[in-house]
Amino acid sequence: MQYTMLIYETEADFNARTSEEQAKYWGAWKTYHQALVQAGVIAGGNALQPPATGTTVRMGGGKRHVQDGPYADTKEQLGGFILLDVPSLDAALDWAARCPAAVTGAVEVRPIRTM
Amino acid sequence: MGPEEHAQRAIEAVVRDSYGRLVSFLAARSRDVASAEDALGEAFVAALRAWPRDGVPDRPEAWLLKAARHRLIDHVRHDRVRADGAVTLRLAAERAEEAAMRTDFPDDRLKLLFVCAHPAIDPDAHTPLMLQTVLGLDAARIARAFLVTPATMSQRLVRAKVKIRDAGIDFAVPGPGELAPRLEAVLEAVYAAYGTSWDDVAGADAKLRGLADEALWLARVLVRLLPEEPEARGLLALMLHCESRRPARRAPDGAYVPLSEQDVTRWSRPLIQEAEQELTAAAAHGAMGRFQLEAAIQSVHAQRAVTGRTEWEAIALFYEALVRRAPTLGALVGRAAALGHARGAAAGLAALEQIAPGPVASYQPYWAVRAHLFHELGNDGAADEAYARAIGLSDDPDVRAFLLRRRTAG
Repeated sequence: MQYTMLIYETEADFNARTSEEQAKYWGAWKTYHQALVQAGVIAGGNALQPPATGTTVRMGGGKRHVQDGPYADTKEQLGGFILLDVPSLDAALDWAARCPAAVTGAVEVRPIRTM
Repeated sequence: MGPEEHAQRAIEAVVRDSYGRLVSFLAARSRDVASAEDALGEAFVAALRAWPRDGVPDRPEAWLLKAARHRLIDHVRHDRVRADGAVTLRLAAERAEEAAMRTDFPDDRLKLLFVCAHPAIDPDAHTPLMLQTVLGLDAARIARAFLVTPATMSQRLVRAKVKIRDAGIDFAVPGPGELAPRLEAVLEAVYAAYGTSWDDVAGADAKLRGLADEALWLARVLVRLLPEEPEARGLLALMLHCESRRPARRAPDGAYVPLSEQDVTRWSRPLIQEAEQELTAAAAHGAMGRFQLEAAIQSVHAQRAVTGRTEWEAIALFYEALVRRAPTLGALVGRAAALGHARGAAAGLAALEQIAPGPVASYQPYWAVRAHLFHELGNDGAADEAYARAIGLSDDPDVRAFLLRRRTAG
């Protein structure tokens, strides 16, 4: 089955990407990514630019409403996603638990809907 | 119970055992609990009709599967399952029928129990799911026991089964690293099933009374499937001890009788004996746990039937260990009550005072114990106030009546 890991990160996480902690931050992600590749369970994914770079669009009354910033104003923000190919939710949860963001933020695991 | 009723009970037991095994077998291979249940539901009803007449077949599982097969194929044919599910379900049915002809038909109920209490499933659905999938209880009956409407309960169950299927939860017994916390959730859920009947002190509601048997059944299945897990035996011992006192919880006139005033001759000796055997077997593993501790507390109470007295100091010690493990409100109040008996009311009150005030505001046992301890100390004003709180928080009319009598007697 395919699952997406929706990776939610804190402001501190986003800041760590470019601060003096960046070696530690990216180091953790690099080894995690390597582990995913070596296990042959990764089917895609990407990191996202910080939430401030987001723009939200809604259509209302035939008009386009464009707003600066991410959709939800929450403490943790979507920082990236990874597509997994594993046999069960339990296997996906094991990978989510190893994700660096699981310690500081949260990882939501969702099955992909097959069309 | 007449011989016919005995036969009926025996058949129900076989049906129930087979039903859970078949649902587990099919669901473990298709992940589709609802379809498996649906297919077996009618077979289950047919068995209850045919077996009393023709006798229990040699291979109940094979019989039930044959009865269920048409429905299962119907289900697949009418496209009521998703395309990928249909294949696995049909395959599962075929494999099940082959397997059922052999004597070593696999028992996947343990896997199903772990799925029911999976952390990815809404905790409120854990116990209802077990009752429905492993025992075949209908949603209306479960709803009554959990004090929600049948519609709410159905919805909760449907949602959980959809989650199991669509999220792809694994039908597997967790590995050694995960087993302990996952087993705790399973045991909790079984205990909660028992709790629905136990809170109903009066036992007047036959429907609620029923779930105690279901919970005991589940606990016995667990011990059979996990003989090396002391906490499973601990839970069974705890429930057997509680069950042994059921006849003594009400006076002949129907009034509520607290444990300390129960007539020990009305306790069930066979149940106490069985509880003690389980507890001894559990203790042999040398791995103490929450349910063993709670069973040990009940075991000390049970000794009153032999010695005529209660070793409150021992009970207080067990509560001490319990509180260290998991300082639940129930354990904290139980500890205070035990200390009150063992070392005097002042010691008990001191322990009560240590409990954080927030959650106790609506916790009836806290106020009942507090009232009793103040009464012992001769502080009638404070006792009266606590009695009033306890009475106001009681949802059982017999307990309320008992406390009212205590209050006026004080």
